[in-house]
Amino acid sequence: MVMVSMALLIWCAGWWLNGRLANSSASNTSAVKLLVPAIFGVTLLIVWELLVRGLEVSLVILPAPSVIAARFATSLPVLWQDFQQTILKGALSGYIIGCGAALLMAIAVDRSDFLRRGLLPVGNFVAALPIVGTAPILVMWFGFDWQSKAAVVVVMVFFPVLVNTVAGLRETSAMQRDLMQTYAASYWQSFFKLRLPAALPFIFNGLKISTTLALVGAIVAEFFGSPTVGMGFRISTSVGQLALDMVWAEILVAALAGSAFYGMMALIEKTLTFWHPSQRG
Amino acid sequence: MKTALAVLSVLAAIAVIWYAACVPMNIKGVLDAAERSGAEVVPATARERRDMGPIGLVAANSFAIGDVWSQDRPRLPAPHQVAVELWETTVEKKLTSKRSLIYHGQVTLSATLLGFVIGTGLGILLAVGIVHSRVMDMSVMPWAIVSQTIPIIALAPMIIVVLYSIGVQGILPKAVISAYLSFFPVVVGMVKGLRSPDQMQLDLLKTYNASLGQGFWKLRLPASMPYLFASLKIGIAASLVGAIVGELPTGAVAGLGARLLAGSYYGQTVQIWSALFAAAILAAALVALLGVIERLVLKRMGVQA
Repeated sequence: MVMVSMALLIWCAGWWLNGRLANSSASNTSAVKLLVPAIFGVTLLIVWELLVRGLEVSLVILPAPSVIAARFATSLPVLWQDFQQTILKGALSGYIIGCGAALLMAIAVDRSDFLRRGLLPVGNFVAALPIVGTAPILVMWFGFDWQSKAAVVVVMVFFPVLVNTVAGLRETSAMQRDLMQTYAASYWQSFFKLRLPAALPFIFNGLKISTTLALVGAIVAEFFGSPTVGMGFRISTSVGQLALDMVWAEILVAALAGSAFYGMMALIEKTLTFWHPSQRG
Repeated sequence: MKTALAVLSVLAAIAVIWYAACVPMNIKGVLDAAERSGAEVVPATARERRDMGPIGLVAANSFAIGDVWSQDRPRLPAPHQVAVELWETTVEKKLTSKRSLIYHGQVTLSATLLGFVIGTGLGILLAVGIVHSRVMDMSVMPWAIVSQTIPIIALAPMIIVVLYSIGVQGILPKAVISAYLSFFPVVVGMVKGLRSPDQMQLDLLKTYNASLGQGFWKLRLPASMPYLFASLKIGIAASLVGAIVGELPTGAVAGLGARLLAGSYYGQTVQIWSALFAAAILAAALVALLGVIERLVLKRMGVQA
């Protein structure tokens, strides 16, 4: 009971502190903007820990954060292996192939008006479909190892990048294109100097959406068959053994990898599209 | 008109490529079957054929090409095989049959819809809170965004096991996953929408001495509708993915995900493809339905479409 009331108390204290910070005169400084969500996150973790222990929830069903952290620290080699298999081999190679293919395809589509009219509705349609479902087929075709996971990722990231890039390449105004024409610029000159830079914000939008899709594809494809290593494999077998602390450790890895992946794309975007209004301020 | 023609020709091109791809994909299986039934095959044994490229096999055994589109368990089923399977498992089976895709689709659909309703409801509530409370905005919003960079599907098996161990099973665990996936698009869209009225409009309401509630119901909520529907369309597609993936790790016996899993265990490729198409049709129908509702609602509210 003590722990439960302490959890309640800490929750109220965290919320009060955040309220003071958010409504204070310093609320627009970047320090406060970082501090407030940080306090919220830490409060949440402490409340979780206290509630699980105070209400005597079985640690098998819902492990406390400290248990998960301990598990994470002790099984680093296994987690690293899974990380290599699923994210470095499966997700990353699929992401590079899929995005590269989509960019090339987008240029081809952009050059032909007929193709653009025909392919864009189909692409938009396919992007909304449950593509993870292709995983069993691709596992059947490419075997159990990482190649099939990369193939699933290729299929998943292809259409979002394609649709966004084609939309981006049409972003320039007629006036700008006419200006390039008066300069007697060739197709490729106007492509690299005008249209590609203008398309970058859209391309990065597609690339950022695809980071999560890539991880999802690689993990879900492992549910349909994998070698005895990999995050999806570990998650499904650990659930079977009721080793939920291991599952949470894998989720932690997925969360860190996903955020890092996304953050990396956002960083590249920031350096390449520094001129865009959305990057100001 | 021009667009329709272009879309049709792209679809026709896909069909042609698909039929053509069946030839190299399935040729080995066809030749194995032909050899077993006593036909002359070049080269004669399966071991020799294993090391040959599919193109060479097709060239050497052109008589067998006719069979690549009609195998029982092809590596790549032809479009008409999938269509026939879809027809047989929807129209010709009883609705209660375990082999009816409508039965499986309805299992997945009910989890999708329940999850979608929960996720949308909670998402709108959170968005209202975020717009009206600066504390919530500053503390919850960054975490909501970070949570999207996490492949949440990884949580699916665990959610199902945890809920099972406290006695919840059946539709609810899947719905929880669906709800989570549709939750975020709705929060972000709704926050954007509720903030879309510009300062001038807000000031006008202030001169009317409107209360917070009046401002919400008469200005913010109507203004947010286009944003809401845009995110609902993303949300329902995500919900369906969530429901399907929720069926995978638990070995569920019913639902489109279960159908995919069973097909992958028993090598029933035609079954996998038809389940996949059923899921695609379901997703397209749900998104289209939301589009119709959107048009009706916006029209009632006086927005020119």
